[in-house]
Amino acid sequence: MDYFAQQLINGLVLGSIYGLIAIGYTMVYGIVGMINFAHGDVFMIGGFIALITFLLLISTGLTAIPVILLIVLLVSMAITALYGWTIERIAYRPLRHSFRLAPMLSAIGMSFVLTNYSQVAQGARVKPIPPVITGGYTLHESADGFVIQLSNIQIIVVITTIVLLAIFTWLVSRTRLGRDMRACEQDQTMAALLGVDVDRTISMTFVIGAALAAVAGLMYLLYYGLVDFFMGFVAGIKAFTAAVLGGIGSLPGAMLGGLAIGLIETFWSAYFSVEYKDVAAFSILIVVLIFMPTGLLGRPEVEKV
Amino acid sequence: MKAPSTHPAKPATSIPALLKTAFVNALIALVLFSLMIGIRTEAGSSGQLTYWTRFGDLASIVAAVFGGSIVIELLRQWIGRTGAEKLVPPAVQSGISFIGRYLAPALLIFTLLVPVIFYNQRYILDLAILVLTYVMLGWGLNVVVGLAGLLDLGYVAFYAVGAYSYGLLATNFGWSFWICLPLAGILAAFWGVLLGFPVLRLRGDYLAIVTLAFGEIIRLVIINWQDLTGGPNGVSGIPRPSFFGIPLDNSDDGLAARLGIEYSPTHRIVFLFYLILALALLTNWATIRLRRLPIGRAWEALREDEVACRALGINTTTTKLTAFATGAMFGGFAGAFFATRQGFISPESFTFQESALVLAIVVLGGMGSQLGVALSALAMIGGFELFRSLENYRMLVFGMAMVLIMIWRPRGLIGHRAPTVYLTKAKAISSDLVKEGHG
Repeated sequence: MDYFAQQLINGLVLGSIYGLIAIGYTMVYGIVGMINFAHGDVFMIGGFIALITFLLLISTGLTAIPVILLIVLLVSMAITALYGWTIERIAYRPLRHSFRLAPMLSAIGMSFVLTNYSQVAQGARVKPIPPVITGGYTLHESADGFVIQLSNIQIIVVITTIVLLAIFTWLVSRTRLGRDMRACEQDQTMAALLGVDVDRTISMTFVIGAALAAVAGLMYLLYYGLVDFFMGFVAGIKAFTAAVLGGIGSLPGAMLGGLAIGLIETFWSAYFSVEYKDVAAFSILIVVLIFMPTGLLGRPEVEKV
Repeated sequence: MKAPSTHPAKPATSIPALLKTAFVNALIALVLFSLMIGIRTEAGSSGQLTYWTRFGDLASIVAAVFGGSIVIELLRQWIGRTGAEKLVPPAVQSGISFIGRYLAPALLIFTLLVPVIFYNQRYILDLAILVLTYVMLGWGLNVVVGLAGLLDLGYVAFYAVGAYSYGLLATNFGWSFWICLPLAGILAAFWGVLLGFPVLRLRGDYLAIVTLAFGEIIRLVIINWQDLTGGPNGVSGIPRPSFFGIPLDNSDDGLAARLGIEYSPTHRIVFLFYLILALALLTNWATIRLRRLPIGRAWEALREDEVACRALGINTTTTKLTAFATGAMFGGFAGAFFATRQGFISPESFTFQESALVLAIVVLGGMGSQLGVALSALAMIGGFELFRSLENYRMLVFGMAMVLIMIWRPRGLIGHRAPTVYLTKAKAISSDLVKEGHG
């Protein structure tokens, strides 16, 4: 039971990170109708920028960890958001009326560019950082000595995710930008006729998605204590699986899917085999797409000719 | 970083506006690259991260973006004024088509003569074999992506199935290459159908992700199923191919001894070269013939419009499955060849990078164009092999090229998607009416 509770905590934390990435996939899919294959790599870039900012701040002699983390968060969100904007501008916008496979192929190309760009720019080796946030709480200690730990970093990851989700939900449901986004999602031509700047709205979608991916990158860095140039690939597929599982296009669905994937992966590793945990996640993707293509909270897609 | 290209007939921008655009682009580049290029991190010997600055590199990249955006803007104006069609003068165009007609036969003859010309240069022969392997993989994937329009990101899975089929059958049962080759193809085709079944209902983008997941699953299973596949250690001691039963070695009943010529290790390399050439040409021939058959026509129709395809009574299920199976079969052949050439296979040879490389070759060559795929494999594999030090930049360049090709020439550099069937009397139709891919 204790073991189960510990895995539940770990799974929820992992799921929060996946959920943050999955939101980027689901938003872009909702509005533009394409899978932003490069999104996992945007997450990786976010992690790298967080790492570098962190190093620079440490070397200036700053010691207040909360201040450092806040600056790192803001810087990595800002720069990664600019990456998202630039990627959309260069690789996707010119292709909006191209043939069917073009945006996807362009996205795949962009993913290669980002992966290898960071490999060339920062080297292929794993970049570890010392633990930044230490300590935690012991929730329960059983008779045979098994301890349920809730570390501070886990609390921070979950709280950050919840706060961001709240801000984000407010953004989509209450603000002008959110209304424009929902309008573009339904009908771009009509939205444009009614005075919505479609290009700008789509750009903003990519910017927000990239910023959330940057947060996920920072969380990943703090939680696992390392980044490497290839981490976006597997995390990207898993987050995409989360988006599909939750119903692509649905924001709460993305978060729910993220948590589900995080939990499934953690429990699979805990009770079956660590070696096959990625196989489990990928199999879920295939099974969901076959038997439940609309996901948990998605709407059925109407095929238009 | 570029001005929107949605209005090609834009009036010429003035010099200050041009400079302003370039300046803004340079500023964006400065922010983008400031940390990633300007600062280089590396884990030190004690695990402690260190960093050093590279402001020189950063400055040169920003300067390159500044200059580049001016050049691109000027080019765009120049092309915009003359119009894309008139850019190539008719004389040059006929010259290109003349070259195009004779390029393929010339290339084929040259390829046939490669072992004769470079007999003593082992390195070039090895490189030629490598290039031909990718040509074959490219042609195999071209059936799936280029003809049927199904985006397959897990093609390397079939390559792996072929390689492991031969490797395991040959090492465990001692079966010869010539029995295993068709078996490897059949097994890979079987896996292709197996993958094809569940993904039949999926749209293009989903299909890509699912095939990617499938490729990763196959690789992870190979790594973890250690009893069968040897896990990360791979399968070693895979027998070399024989000349239809006659070994190509220094023994008394080897081919050299039987022919009464002096033995040389190059014989085997030359044999491998012609083997992969024959396999690749088989792929090419089969593809060209299939295109003329109803099934090939159905593939192309599927690529253009799946809904229309169904409306016309084409069975999309069998069409997709045959495309998958055919492509997978050729991948399996190539895999068996890979195993016999290397003599050793391990999961490391079958990563997503490999799928990506083959896909990039197909896309850059022009989806559906056989010659284009061959040329792009030659340029991408051969070209980068010659500049070994640039190895790290290979996928970077590939990725950029993929994006640029999608923007400028979505049909590939020398790609053509002229329909194989058309009415004899050509009608002038506005391009708006034949444009595809709305929404």
